[in-house]
Amino acid sequence: MIEEQSIIKVGMADLNVGSQVSLIRTTGLGSCVGLTLFDPGKKLAGMAHVMLPSSDIAREGQLNIAKFADTAVPELLNRLLALGAIRSRIVAKMAGGSQMFAFAGGSDTMRIGPRNVESCKLALEMLRIPLIAEDTGGNYGRTIEIACSTGVLFIRSVQKGSKEL
Amino acid sequence: MDVLKEIGNIGAGNAATALSQLLNKPIDMAVPKVQLLNFEEITDKVGGAEELVYAVFLRVEGDAPGNLFFILSPEAAKNLLSRIAGIDVGVSEELSEMELSALSEIGNILAGSYLSSLADFTSLTMYPTVPALAMDMAGAILGYGLLQFGQMGDDALLIDTTFLEGNNEIEGQFFLIPDPESFPKIFKSLGVPFDND
Repeated sequence: MIEEQSIIKVGMADLNVGSQVSLIRTTGLGSCVGLTLFDPGKKLAGMAHVMLPSSDIAREGQLNIAKFADTAVPELLNRLLALGAIRSRIVAKMAGGSQMFAFAGGSDTMRIGPRNVESCKLALEMLRIPLIAEDTGGNYGRTIEIACSTGVLFIRSVQKGSKEL
Repeated sequence: MDVLKEIGNIGAGNAATALSQLLNKPIDMAVPKVQLLNFEEITDKVGGAEELVYAVFLRVEGDAPGNLFFILSPEAAKNLLSRIAGIDVGVSEELSEMELSALSEIGNILAGSYLSSLADFTSLTMYPTVPALAMDMAGAILGYGLLQFGQMGDDALLIDTTFLEGNNEIEGQFFLIPDPESFPKIFKSLGVPFDND
């Protein structure tokens, strides 16, 4: 029997969780990082589309916690736990963090992709969540999709084709 | 908003003239739209985050920094190349190094003329960095231009102009995304009071 899959879309600076038959997708990751958490036992997954490394630089009144690595990762974990995920089983995968445009002598803004990746790793370390796979860096965009039933992360790119993590 | 629209108008007018000269045929442009849009809506303007586009990106430096994109669909890019450079791109998916370089230069000329007219009009120093060309998903490319705004909120100000040749063929779109701190300077230079609305 084929179960109908529902697709949960995650926009830029957004996060969401899903279970069982759903797919969680975010499109057009450039320097942003798509970070996913997965509990294989409960078949629960979550995804955050992280745009910036740290909320320290936020100048907005109301903080969008999905936007920054240091706030999005703990929030995503909490959302999964609220759905009934078991903390010790949760594993992470991530993709993105590329440098879309290469310039000589690039400033800090130019390095935002690699910094997003570093910051996501730091946030995972602090929460003691193992990062089991990643496809980061490069100079191209990615669309990613996680299957909540298996935790498989599908990655599509224009220049490098498709892969699974 | 009207002031920003006028600024976009003048810049795009000059770029349209430059494009007309390159193509040796009349190019029209749509009246620029100035809008405060959320990030998703900005990528929707070019057909969605996954839409494949060619983009020439220039960082604007000087008194009023910002990000400037010249965005073309793959078809428009091929059209432009075959008409301007006489390069017959044919049906091949990939553009060669030479073709990419020509495209980058076309974008550079247009962006330069766009920018210099803005600088003249506002008496602000605005100079472009070396252009970078990318062919990729629109979301990945435009996301880069939204980073400065990401620190402030989830919306960005976009000055968007579409070029038309003949009936309704879209040649390309200019996206100017001034940095948040550039608005007061632009307004001030024009003697318009700046309010935050």
